Amino acid sequence: MATLTTHPDCVPLVSYRFGKGATNIDKYLELDGYKSARKALELGPDAIIAEMKTSSLRGRGGAGFPTGMKWSFVPKQSARPKYVLVNGDESEPGTCKDRLIFEHDPHSVIEGVIIAALAIQAKMGFIYLRGEYRYLIEIMEKAVADAYAKGFLGKKILGSDIDLDVVVQTGAGAYEVGEESALMESLEGKRGVPRIRPPFPAVVGLYGGPTIINNAETIATVPHIFRIGAAEYAKLGTERNGGTRLFCLSGHLVRPGVYELPMGYNLKKMIYEVGGGIPNGKKLKAVVPGGSSTPVLLPEEIDIGMDFDQVGKAGSMLGSGGVVVLDETVCMVEFALRTMKFYQHESCGWCIPCREGTDWLKKSLTRLHEGGAVDKDIDNIRYLAENMLGRTFCPLGDAAAMPTIAFVKKFRKEFEDHLEGRGCPYHRAAQPEPALV
Amino acid sequence: MSTQPAQPGTIFSPTLAARFDRLVTLYPVKRSALVPMLLYAQDEIGYVSDAVIAEVAARIGITELDVRNVVSYYSLLRTKPAGKYHVQVCTNISCMLRGGNEILDHCKKKLGIPNKGVTPDGVFSLEEVECIGACSWGPAAQVNYAFHENLTPESMDQVLADYRAKAQNGGGK
Amino acid sequence: MADVTFTVDGKKLTAPAGTLLIEACRAHGIEIPAFCYYPGLSLQAACRMCVVRIEKVPKLQTACTTPVAEGMVVTTESPEIAQARKATIELLLGNHPLDCPVCDAGGECELQDMTFKYGAHESKFADIKNHRDEQQWSPVVFFDRPRCILCYRCVRVCGEGMDVWALGIQNRGSGSVIAPNQQDHLDCEECGMCIDICPVGALTSGAYRYKTRPWEMSHVGTVCTHCADGCKTTLGVRRASDGMEIVRGDNRDKSGINGDFLCIKGRYAFDFANRDDRLTKPLLRQPNGEFKPVPWDEAIEFAGKRLREIRDSRGGSSIGVIGSNRTTNEEAYLLQKFARTVLGTNNIDHHRTADYPAFAAALAGISDASLRDFASAKAVLLLGNDPTEQHPGLAWQLRTGVRLRGLHLYVANHQNIKLRRQAAAFLQIREGDYAPLIAYLAGNDSALDGNGEAKAFREAIRAEESLLIVFGAEFRGRDIEALVQFGSSLPSVKFACLGDYANSRGAADMGLYPDLLPGYIPITASAQFAQEYGPSLPSQPGLDLLQMFDAARRGELAALYIVGSNPVARYNLDPAALRNTFIIAQDLFLTETARLADVVFPAANLYEKSGTVTNTFGDLQLVRKAADRAGARTDFELIVRLAAAMGANVKQLVPFEHRGVRADMGQARGAQSGEADRHGVWLAAHHLEPKLSPFDPFAILDEMQRLIPAYNVPRLDLLVGNDQHSRSGPASGLVQIQTAAARRDLVLPSSDTLFTSGTLGRYSSTLSSVLESREPAETAAD
Repeated sequence: MATLTTHPDCVPLVSYRFGKGATNIDKYLELDGYKSARKALELGPDAIIAEMKTSSLRGRGGAGFPTGMKWSFVPKQSARPKYVLVNGDESEPGTCKDRLIFEHDPHSVIEGVIIAALAIQAKMGFIYLRGEYRYLIEIMEKAVADAYAKGFLGKKILGSDIDLDVVVQTGAGAYEVGEESALMESLEGKRGVPRIRPPFPAVVGLYGGPTIINNAETIATVPHIFRIGAAEYAKLGTERNGGTRLFCLSGHLVRPGVYELPMGYNLKKMIYEVGGGIPNGKKLKAVVPGGSSTPVLLPEEIDIGMDFDQVGKAGSMLGSGGVVVLDETVCMVEFALRTMKFYQHESCGWCIPCREGTDWLKKSLTRLHEGGAVDKDIDNIRYLAENMLGRTFCPLGDAAAMPTIAFVKKFRKEFEDHLEGRGCPYHRAAQPEPALV
Repeated sequence: MSTQPAQPGTIFSPTLAARFDRLVTLYPVKRSALVPMLLYAQDEIGYVSDAVIAEVAARIGITELDVRNVVSYYSLLRTKPAGKYHVQVCTNISCMLRGGNEILDHCKKKLGIPNKGVTPDGVFSLEEVECIGACSWGPAAQVNYAFHENLTPESMDQVLADYRAKAQNGGGK
Repeated sequence: MADVTFTVDGKKLTAPAGTLLIEACRAHGIEIPAFCYYPGLSLQAACRMCVVRIEKVPKLQTACTTPVAEGMVVTTESPEIAQARKATIELLLGNHPLDCPVCDAGGECELQDMTFKYGAHESKFADIKNHRDEQQWSPVVFFDRPRCILCYRCVRVCGEGMDVWALGIQNRGSGSVIAPNQQDHLDCEECGMCIDICPVGALTSGAYRYKTRPWEMSHVGTVCTHCADGCKTTLGVRRASDGMEIVRGDNRDKSGINGDFLCIKGRYAFDFANRDDRLTKPLLRQPNGEFKPVPWDEAIEFAGKRLREIRDSRGGSSIGVIGSNRTTNEEAYLLQKFARTVLGTNNIDHHRTADYPAFAAALAGISDASLRDFASAKAVLLLGNDPTEQHPGLAWQLRTGVRLRGLHLYVANHQNIKLRRQAAAFLQIREGDYAPLIAYLAGNDSALDGNGEAKAFREAIRAEESLLIVFGAEFRGRDIEALVQFGSSLPSVKFACLGDYANSRGAADMGLYPDLLPGYIPITASAQFAQEYGPSLPSQPGLDLLQMFDAARRGELAALYIVGSNPVARYNLDPAALRNTFIIAQDLFLTETARLADVVFPAANLYEKSGTVTNTFGDLQLVRKAADRAGARTDFELIVRLAAAMGANVKQLVPFEHRGVRADMGQARGAQSGEADRHGVWLAAHHLEPKLSPFDPFAILDEMQRLIPAYNVPRLDLLVGNDQHSRSGPASGLVQIQTAAARRDLVLPSSDTLFTSGTLGRYSSTLSSVLESREPAETAAD
């Protein structure tokens, strides 16, 4: 079982009930569970959304869109039913936080759904989990059943006149389904190909109805905002970046792990103090600050606060909170290739620039890594990536292009070292593929 | 649950058939049940066979082509049988940095099969997979749905040995 | 919707609010490139070629998904946009095989054109291209995966357009691939729409692939020879050793009444024309019973002489004539004139596939519906027939109407026809209940076993402000009368009667009946015709088709002239009946009927001649000559030659030297018309009257238009290829045709499917191979 790691700087808010047996609904109730939902019921839709805006919570999926704003886009009147959709299709490489929430505090997600449903007057919610998280599906299904049994879901929830059904849905292996409109397609039983936008989900979403779709961490944060108060929550973070965040520290660290830290926490401190620094006396080479799609930062660029605005200013993105740390032994071409291999594998194939671009870049990077490239190929790689950027149907193309451009720009020398038959300087002594029996 | 009476005309166990009967009623449209249905069917049958496709298409009321379009999109769904224990080694960035490729190579050597291969006895199959959400605990692998994290070649050996023992004892998944 | 004003490339434009930018630009002559965008199909925004710059929007936007808005300022061409498009093409070319020199699409490929325009001429891609072998999905459809650029046009036209849904998208990313519904092959309607709509050479047709280069063909837009919808088909022809050979059929010319649509027959079933077993020499039966090929003069002389002897010795009433459903109006007209004025007989008939005379009588001046009317209809009531199989062009119009315009389709049928899927209401009735249904719709509650469904159906129809009623051969005689009567009680209604072949309606309009002259004038009221044709016009109705065979059996039919028809097979008649009858047959093949003849003339088909045909909706269209087969002659020429051989006055038959006759200026000469056109231009420049020959079908058009007012449509429009709906009502509007019980019901629907086309269809290798490939599947499905 995956567990949270702690550090004195951690602020256990979303992780408040982690490790305390809160999968059990009675334990959850003991730990202030479903009190926020009751509070929200009393407040009513407008006040809920106002609270959400006050909290300055921003989407934890990667784009960082203000959650309260997103909810406010849902029209009050709608001919079609409205829905709340939880995006638990966590798949951004470097990110493993939502898993902990489902595993340790499933009811916080359900309670978040209840509050969101109250805010937009939806009668149905879906919690979409990636297919790989089978054990979580079982935990979630049990939690939903318990919530029904206790009257938090179903007919007349919390003793009100409001009905709310929640269904736990599974994916079956597709990064692209993490894109909100693709997730809705998947939930409708189709290929996970994104939709043309506008219209945006808040207006035309699942089954054509107005839909709130939020990342699991975002939704799980909602009850905690109501638990401690929106203003209190906002104060935990920095300006326009309220609250705390589950940061996933991985790669070359002494203490990798998932830590709940305030928004705006210093990245350098996060690596050297929270994560315990680089093991085996190696030097830091680079940091991918927010999951594989975010442009890489050099050691001299990491003295920044980890919030959406500050990381953006540094030329990268806060993304999904996956901090991947690379030491000096890493071949940046290989790292770029592995990143591209992922996007090539996960491109849905719908639009030309992403489908062809990721395939081409993977092939070029493979050849370059093996030493089969010439100088022009490096320019081509950058040219291709730059021509994908902003031109694809959905953000996956950008997610593949952005890090690639940064790798070439910041480590061009290392790319050049691979050229003209020289191959990878880090792998010259590497063993060949193991012989197969 | 296993006391469910057998349903006529289904290739699924009574329990699963009953689950599917319920699944299609949960959503505003039946088709929403498609992806979970395929995944659960694969868990029981071992892969998404032609018979699975035919029955799922009929249950939902869509064409087999529609089902195939969806099946082929999702990487967890397979149309060929895998081993009893499907070993999925993550080599994505976080795991790679901590030795994911070495774990994969080790499995290839140990099991004597290439990526996407199945051992002759059908006990194991091996697949290099993309990020499985265990980045902070890499390198990691999933055997069927069970996570194995912070792996070393030695601990991987133990994992494989445990499953092999389970297979020999006729254990389930 | 209200108009909005916006600026594109510095020009102020207006368009209705909500119009897609790409359409608004095209309407103003600003072409925005696109692979995936296709008018009338769902939006994809997948190819990213139509990106434009919209002021105040940070990223380039796709013009295919952006509705125009008031004050919008758009740039459609700039270095930035050109670079984006160039890069997209470069990415496509990375995996696209550069086998353009042998690709069917080479020369008419949208990818080539875009590459040319945006100059992606530098080969940046140095890695191995993804490859997959070509697959054959059906006798008609081949798929070359590497050439596919995944624009999804084929998937959409098959699903949304055809309601077949036989194509899907499988796998993902760079492995994405278009897939057929049966894993390795297709089970579909074989319409070939996917091939036509493919912007590159990924989908190719079995009929055309690797046969020629596009620029080696001449392209002639003409009318399909198969069903009675009258779709325009563009035939690609090229020179062959024995004439002009048809290599391809498609609908690149979308101006026809079929719009985007063509079915398998219009697209591929031209191949009968190229068959080796076509008749190319006249055949004369020898005393030993064998056929012997003889020179044309000998055959015609012989036939003419014998016919004259029989007429002179036994009288015109001993001679019968059977006309065709696939010859032109001019030929049908000429044939009846020949029968009535040269042979002196009213014994003339054809294979009737619908009761057009009863329809004409019932309408009595009310307009019938053009196929074009279906493109704007608000509500349609379809009674009987299965248009998906028998009138695919109409079915396309109905589906498109429902899908794009919210057309209300009401279907009543005794079978579960496919169009029920588009129907707002579908009423299944018993096979014999069509007449009771009309009585019920007209208000007689006891006429039909009343159930709620029928009641709702009736109420819905009656609530429509305007309605097109289209009916099949289930309706004849009195039933048509009753139907028209019911329809006339509705606020605004038009009717259409569904017959079966390319010129079935024309054959009827041209008077291939023993009792009706052209324009449905009863033979007993022939005053105007008597004036034109002279006193030789017999005044009593002749024998119908079955009566002719009865007469032959009794030894009373001395001669029978059969033009493009196979009654022996179609009516399952006893060949022995014709033992003592002298038979002249002209046809493309030695059919069951032609085999019985004493003289056989090899005839040209509809693709090898010019003239006009009338579809079942009364739309009159120009037929252009596309192909040519050495040895075969048009039916028009053969009738004239036969008349001449009989000693008839040819100038009386075909007024080719009359003053004021307007020539066709070369259109009649079709693909080879380059010379003829120059000749025509020279003549006009010198103020000389283009001279017609007696074999020129247009020589008789003036007379036809004079005698059949319904056909008096603007000549120029007709000759430039626009379909013209024939004028309403029977000839004079005054004459009452005897209907219903007074006339014998000889209607025999062809019961053709998408893959059959009467006798002619049997000679199409494409149709045969599709039928063969489907056999096992069909038994399995039943």
